[in-house]
Amino acid sequence: MLRHALRGALLGVGVAGLLLSATSATAKSKWEEAQHPGFSFEGPLGKFDQGALQRGFKIYSEVCSSCHSMNLVYYRNLAQPGGPFYNPKYPNPNDSPYAKAIAADVKVPDIDQDTGDAIQRPATPADHFRNPWPNEAAARASNGGALPPDLSVISKAREDGPNYIFSLTSGYPPSPPKGLTVPAGKYYNPYFPGDLSSFWSGPKDKVPKGGFIAMPFQLTPNRVTYDDGTKATTYQEAHDVATFLDWASDPKQEERKQTGLAVMIYLLVFAGVVYGSYRAIWRNVAH
Amino acid sequence: MSGHSTYEPKTGFERWLDVRLPIVRLGYDSLIDYPTPKNLNYWWTFGGILAFCLGVQIISGVVLAMHYVPNSAMAFNSVEAIMRDVNFGWMLRYIHANGASMFFLAVYIHISRGLYYGSYKAPREVLWLLGCVIYLLMMATAFMGYVLPWGQMSFYGAVVITNLFSALDSVIPGLGTMITTWLWGGFAVDNATLNRFFALHYLLPFMIAGVVGLHIWALHVPGNNNPTGVAVKSKEDTVPFHPYYTVKDGFAVICFTIMFAWFVFFAPNALAHADNYIPANPLQTPAHIVPEWYFLPFYAMLRAVPDKLLGVMTMFGAIAVLFAVPWLDTSKVRSMRYRPAARTFFLIFLAVTLILGWCGSKEPDDVVIATGHDIAGDPTGLSVTVFSRFLALYYYGYFLAVLPLLGFFEKAKPVPETISSPVLSAHGHGVAMPAGAAAEASKKG
Amino acid sequence: MVETANANPNVEHGHSAQPGDEGSRRDFIHIAAIATVGVGAVATVWPFIDQMNPSADTLALASVEYDLSKVLVGSTASIKWRGKPVFVRHRTPKEIAEAVADDHAPMREPAADASRHKPGKAEWLVLIGVCTHLGCVPNLGGTYGGWLCPCHGSVYDTAGRIRAGPAPLNLFLPDYEFLTPTKVKIG
Repeated sequence: MLRHALRGALLGVGVAGLLLSATSATAKSKWEEAQHPGFSFEGPLGKFDQGALQRGFKIYSEVCSSCHSMNLVYYRNLAQPGGPFYNPKYPNPNDSPYAKAIAADVKVPDIDQDTGDAIQRPATPADHFRNPWPNEAAARASNGGALPPDLSVISKAREDGPNYIFSLTSGYPPSPPKGLTVPAGKYYNPYFPGDLSSFWSGPKDKVPKGGFIAMPFQLTPNRVTYDDGTKATTYQEAHDVATFLDWASDPKQEERKQTGLAVMIYLLVFAGVVYGSYRAIWRNVAH
Repeated sequence: MSGHSTYEPKTGFERWLDVRLPIVRLGYDSLIDYPTPKNLNYWWTFGGILAFCLGVQIISGVVLAMHYVPNSAMAFNSVEAIMRDVNFGWMLRYIHANGASMFFLAVYIHISRGLYYGSYKAPREVLWLLGCVIYLLMMATAFMGYVLPWGQMSFYGAVVITNLFSALDSVIPGLGTMITTWLWGGFAVDNATLNRFFALHYLLPFMIAGVVGLHIWALHVPGNNNPTGVAVKSKEDTVPFHPYYTVKDGFAVICFTIMFAWFVFFAPNALAHADNYIPANPLQTPAHIVPEWYFLPFYAMLRAVPDKLLGVMTMFGAIAVLFAVPWLDTSKVRSMRYRPAARTFFLIFLAVTLILGWCGSKEPDDVVIATGHDIAGDPTGLSVTVFSRFLALYYYGYFLAVLPLLGFFEKAKPVPETISSPVLSAHGHGVAMPAGAAAEASKKG
Repeated sequence: MVETANANPNVEHGHSAQPGDEGSRRDFIHIAAIATVGVGAVATVWPFIDQMNPSADTLALASVEYDLSKVLVGSTASIKWRGKPVFVRHRTPKEIAEAVADDHAPMREPAADASRHKPGKAEWLVLIGVCTHLGCVPNLGGTYGGWLCPCHGSVYDTAGRIRAGPAPLNLFLPDYEFLTPTKVKIG
């Protein structure tokens, strides 16, 4: 029996070794690995930092929202449990004065029910975030043919989401590497996926990592003034907006992790009790 | 379901019902008093785990269908609405999405157990064939389910898989195109395709449940195989299913659920692809498309062959060959516990299949073993595609050469006379194994 | 293969003893296991039931605001609220008078006209336009100048009170308030 186990273990080690060596030998990545600044919501028990969510929402509404829609996020979401403006005094997010006030400051398009005219009315908590563009064609026309992606689920829709958002938004170099021809209306970013070899005039084995992105560097220091007095560095702004976008992608994350903790405790107790029952039943059977 | 029933109706109502519809008797004979070999190990609990998985998928799926909208304009947003707005919707959707992976994990262990212990051999060929049918139905169901969220991976998964049939154009010109057009209900994967996939995704699990019923029926006629592969000879070899195996299977299901729950609550997207959270865009394919992990070995075989039709045939053949296994294996000994050579080949087969899966997740031009560098500094050498070719050869070789030939050449270890004898010898100094017991056991089997 | 032996749980097995024939400590573990199953089953069933309750986006639309100035005297507007019609009726002085005059007439659910509208707003009648019989939407009409249900002939008066037919109750009043003299918020 022991010999079998040994042989199995050896085989397993062999396979693992082959896989490892194989992984290391594959083609090198054409863009930079995302940095890991560390987020409060990481790990099985991580939670969102409400201050960071509020600051991140401020960045979104004052910077990102002029080009990026968030069609799946509603003003009411801001005040729901776990949201940036949740307050236990207002358990119903639709009645929260925060959600109402934030929504009321925004004008959203609607149809006048009597005349049929297109109008702009103040938003309510039931409205989704205002879309800066009337349609996709308008968005492309204003952005040199590129479509600014909807940010509702962007953190789930990118590998290593929050780290990628942080790295991309804060990782623009002061100037592109010498020898790289940057097309008009494009910007070099080492974290953006792409293949730059045809734009590179330097040595073939020194092609810069990264790609061209249609969004210029946005998160300059003091781009916004934080209400809580936090210093608005590029790093802080990128960190906050990544936190906010990760929450927006997965607003039930805290609820999920807390439920998971209870489920895990229950299942472990359950397994223990049933194992005891199993041992008792099989006690006298030789098998 | 077979043999003599020991059910005795206790109440008047049970007696009344028993002559009209002996359903209590059926349940009693198949779930309570069903004689089960007493030496089944934990690999045998995966049958129960799979029944659990099927139940979870059907219940969570029916519930999700109450909120999902099978329309190409609304499908993506309706899935997000389930996770954001529906009460516990995030949990239901993550249970269903990760449940598919858990289902396949369990079925692969279940199939491997059958292959190792020779559970496909006479008199259990029909049991094995029905299992293969279930596996095929599972793959169809999982594929169509993966299309429903209508993200980029959903869309291009549907495009690639349906286009497999276009390979038939090289058999009869126009045949493949005709079939794909019929599958799509149009000239591309679109709303009509999504709608019919939803209908079929809802239907197929109930067909699976039906075949599972037959599978259990076909199990209860010859009875369970067991780790020794030796047939049950007497009552001493068995215990009643309840409570012995209800509690053992139950314990295994709970342990399995702990892992399942870990994914659902703490890593719900770990087995998924980020690109599937980008709504389907027929105008742009993601840079790197791969199927779900449970299809990767077959995907690697598809890419290993440079010809379209042959690649598709290689892939489907890898599944089809499973149906022939009962007749490919010529050994008289059931369990590989007593077939050292076969066991080695089998373990290599498992490793090869896993590595094929790894190959499927890589890009075809990625290099497995580097022998040099090109001008851009990228490694050159053995590519994933070429490596997959060797692995696919072994995969087929295991079924088409090793299993048929090994039965004639290998020297099996002595097989115990009864299930109980190795137990006795393990616990103390006991019973010497009679030489030639292997052949004897197989004559009876 | 040899026919499987039929094990009878009542027959002594070679090496096995029957479970449950031991002391109470052994029994306890089985009872504990079954109890744990029960707790888990109840906790698991709840999400599957609760998912059918209104979702957050449905609840978010649970109140509407309506500008009354569009409803002329003597006419009735229907607005959709929570998937159902709300009747907003701008009553004429004659209709109000008829309703008040009938305050003491025999009725299935007696109610004064004053209890059917907001104080000082007798001209505005705001009702849920769903027959209290089996849920159809009543049409304008009927012998009392109010509504007549097309399904089973329930008749409501100009205050929405049931006067004839099978319906048991008066038309319900939604929660509403006047935000301005010409604007109501329903819900």
